[in-house]
Amino acid sequence: MEQKKPTNMDKEKVIEINGLYKSFGTYDVLKGVDLDLYKGENLVVLGKSGTGKSVLIKIIVGLLTPDQGAVKVLGQMVDEISYKELLALRLKVGFSFQNSALYDSMTVRQNLEFPLVRNQRNLTKGEVNNAVERVLDAVGLLQTINQMPSELSGGQRKRVGIARTLILQPEVMLYDEPTAGLDPITCLEINNLINEVQERFHTSSIVITHDLTCAKAVGNRVAMLLDGKFERQGTFDEVFNTNDERVKPFYDYNFIQ
Amino acid sequence: MDNKAENPAILQKQAKPPGKITRMFLTLYDVCQFVTRFFKEGFLPPYEGKELMRQCYDIGYRSLALISLTGFITGIVFTKQSRPSLAEFGATSWLPSLVGIALLRTLAPLLTSLIAAGKVGSSIGAELGSMRVTEQIDAMEVSATNPFKFLVTTRVLASTITIPILTFYTAMVGMLGALLNVSLFEDTSARAFFQASLEQITFLDITASTVKAIIFGFTIGIVGCYQGYNSSKGTEGVGKAANSAVVIGMFLIFIEEVISVQFFGLFRS
Repeated sequence: MEQKKPTNMDKEKVIEINGLYKSFGTYDVLKGVDLDLYKGENLVVLGKSGTGKSVLIKIIVGLLTPDQGAVKVLGQMVDEISYKELLALRLKVGFSFQNSALYDSMTVRQNLEFPLVRNQRNLTKGEVNNAVERVLDAVGLLQTINQMPSELSGGQRKRVGIARTLILQPEVMLYDEPTAGLDPITCLEINNLINEVQERFHTSSIVITHDLTCAKAVGNRVAMLLDGKFERQGTFDEVFNTNDERVKPFYDYNFIQ
Repeated sequence: MDNKAENPAILQKQAKPPGKITRMFLTLYDVCQFVTRFFKEGFLPPYEGKELMRQCYDIGYRSLALISLTGFITGIVFTKQSRPSLAEFGATSWLPSLVGIALLRTLAPLLTSLIAAGKVGSSIGAELGSMRVTEQIDAMEVSATNPFKFLVTTRVLASTITIPILTFYTAMVGMLGALLNVSLFEDTSARAFFQASLEQITFLDITASTVKAIIFGFTIGIVGCYQGYNSSKGTEGVGKAANSAVVIGMFLIFIEEVISVQFFGLFRS
């Protein structure tokens, strides 16, 4: 499998994280994280389970508050803006949940309509329908439009979850474990979808994963969370060309075993 | 930044966990904030009219069968149990007004609310609880939607609107049950029965009953929503949320009943 190339980044930062700390009780999760996401790139965040990868992106969208540190998203400090400003910022940041988090009492159509009609109240019924069909078509699931989430497979749920975030046309996408719990074929489809989203919707993305196949396929840049900090950042090869015992088993498990 | 002694996050974390009494006050503060947020957001646009109607239908229409049965049986049983005592004093002619007053003042609001606390409170607690643990509420948050407005205000408003309506419905069905029992023993017409029942009911009775039902409805909604919205710890948390919604809801309803009886008693004397 070919490694994805770094983007021709114009060095415009869409997310800037400086000195981020977060702990839960006596457990330190993030211990001074620094990270930048540049416009147009897919940044993969790797790390063992429980190292705070999901915590990091939840802090980015303001679902969790950091103990210390600064998070700037699209030029706005997340913990300094009002709730109204935060809602406006979230319109530009799509978040795809690990378990998809589809509204299980609504059909696929209603799941997609939900954020759209509440954020663009002047849209006609026809325009809403068009938008729903357009994004469902983009993820290849137009045929499921009237199905309930419980009738979808794991991969389909992930795709619908991504479609629900795309309907608001975000500038930044945050994917939380997009390939977790999926079979290899579906993983490849999701990887392709993430790349398609980047090209078609011109998004900048952070992809949280511990799946190196996914990291290699979608990441222009890779950052590895080790002991609560990003100690290794760069292209896939740069990150894994090391004898660091904390990094090697990751690569060995995914590509040798 | 690596110096742990200088890191306030780490110093804060090393503080002792709050004790029981502190936790109780923290919860109370949290509840006050939740209620304040309801009043702040509930009456400001944008309105979730469609969802409010759906919730009213869910809470009202779907509780009708259970409430009808309970109200009817209560009317029959209360009349049957009261008759011998009144007969001892030759006062069976007071039976319709006794039943009317008892149903309207206390039985209907209390029965309706207790049934709703069990049926509606638990369902709100479980539904919002499972939405919380499956990150559906977070998904609403990150899609720039205010989940509090969509999930909480609609449910609390719906139960506040619906419980008073159901209360008067229960009173009416209870009166029909009482009429059935009366007509088995006496040759009393329905018209005479209802006339005698309603004769003693005052405007204050109707007002008190309405106010109580509104307070009970609000309590059921807010307790169910608070428990569900703030649930955690996976499926166990969902179960706890549903259970707490019922137990705390019923407990508060009884306390409110005692206070309201005292309060409206001041206007009667």
